[in-house]
Amino acid sequence: MVGKEQEEIEKELSKEYVALTYADYEDGLKGGKLLGLKCAACGGITCHPMPVCQWCCDRHLEKVELSGDGEVTTFTVIRVASEGFEDDVPYIPCLVKTKEGPCVIGRLDMEVESATQEVIGTQVKLDGISTYNGDKFFSGEHVCPVFKIVG
Amino acid sequence: MRDVAIIGVGHTKFGRASKTSLELFSEASLQAMDDAGVVGADIEALFQGAALPGFEEGQVMPAAFSAAELNLGPIPATRYEGACASASVAIRDAAMWVSSGECDMVLAGGVEKALTMGTAFATRTFAMSCHTPTEGAVGLTFPGVFAMAARQYAKGYDMPLDSLREKMAHVSIKNHRHGALNPLAQFYKKMGNLKVEDVVNSMMVADPLTLMDCCPFSDGAAALVLCPVEDAKKYTDDPVYVLGTGQGSGSALSKMEDLTKPVSRIQSAKVAFKRARLEPKDIDMLELHDCFTIAELIALECLGFFEWGKAAEATAQGETDLGGKIPTNMSGGLIGKGHPIGATGASQVYWMVKQMRGEAAKGNQIDPVPEYGMTDTLGGDFGTLCHIILGRTKR
Repeated sequence: MVGKEQEEIEKELSKEYVALTYADYEDGLKGGKLLGLKCAACGGITCHPMPVCQWCCDRHLEKVELSGDGEVTTFTVIRVASEGFEDDVPYIPCLVKTKEGPCVIGRLDMEVESATQEVIGTQVKLDGISTYNGDKFFSGEHVCPVFKIVG
Repeated sequence: MRDVAIIGVGHTKFGRASKTSLELFSEASLQAMDDAGVVGADIEALFQGAALPGFEEGQVMPAAFSAAELNLGPIPATRYEGACASASVAIRDAAMWVSSGECDMVLAGGVEKALTMGTAFATRTFAMSCHTPTEGAVGLTFPGVFAMAARQYAKGYDMPLDSLREKMAHVSIKNHRHGALNPLAQFYKKMGNLKVEDVVNSMMVADPLTLMDCCPFSDGAAALVLCPVEDAKKYTDDPVYVLGTGQGSGSALSKMEDLTKPVSRIQSAKVAFKRARLEPKDIDMLELHDCFTIAELIALECLGFFEWGKAAEATAQGETDLGGKIPTNMSGGLIGKGHPIGATGASQVYWMVKQMRGEAAKGNQIDPVPEYGMTDTLGGDFGTLCHIILGRTKR
């Protein structure tokens, strides 16, 4: 007799490969938390979430909360937006290297006139979210972290 | 594995097209087949780069219909999607199929109708090749990504941003000068005499990149006929040999160590050089992915043509123009010639073949004709990279 019992197939399907989903990540941000994953093998922090460690590829990952502190590694001021972001212009996407190691992408909350090259290297802290209402290609409400310069 | 040659090339006028993608691709393909002296019955497979046809014309699976449009029969026809590097990965795989012995003659190329979409929707669809789960809600755009890279470049090499902007302007000036001389370019006979002020003072798109730091949205197609080297001489006296290719994949922007040193590009170029058994010093010309002025500088360094942080000054000194160390984008590049994203890699190969035959437009032709050349094509924000090294002589 070839073939497999349905229950057996269902049991295989129940195995979870993702310790922190993108939805979990966004929910965390909505609650003021920057969530990531700590690797049992190398101790490194993965953020945004991935199914494997971003540093060593190991799969033993545990959900952790990051401090939300970091340093701006680069940014820009967008003047010409893509469809759906026209009302946000001008806005400041930035990359932030977190204190815990990984880099995250978000927006910087500051006056665009002050957004000069000196902003690179300054310390920032997670300070809320920016909400995108989605469109027919990326449906539903989505959020990204917003950072504010410290001091 | 067999060595592979290009025996025919075709290229539509870039700019705004009233023709459909199927018509554009047919036009480029028939030119390439005429150039090679082959007919539809000779073509055994079709490899087509097309990044956004679903959004442009509500058409997916364009490759099958392209084969049908050309009446090539029920041959395998496959669409390749690697954002702006779509055609390059199509050509690379086409060369693999010929090399493997699976096919003796194939058609490869690409097509896009991005200008037709209008700026807002085109920017939206282009941004789809950013990492949507993390970059989508940020509202990141491609100019935004490269603006971030430009700021990192200036910071990393301790260069005042205004000084970098002036040096970047020379990329636009050079590529527009050559684009203005290229009859197939979107900006043919236009903007051939820009000044630094024209670039730095044009409309700010994503600080510090202005409109003149950016390539345009474009419609167009380009195609090539490839066959094994041992058959090439039957069709042409001037086959151009595919000496080596490489391909690399990147990550979400936030997982990149340094936007000015994308590992995907460094790795892909390294593999292409290794396969070709060549080094940067052997290469006589580049057609590389100048989607933005800063992108050309980053590419020149990643490929090993200049040391880290030196490409900006070298460009300002004319080292990447005719008569310089490494003539780069003598077709006008993406900035001057236009960037129908799914076709760009095939256009780069087309102009390299034309250069090697001595058939580029006067003012753009390298003299003596280049022996070895290399393309560099980038998709997304460093998500897909592809390199193709071509030569007039086999190695």
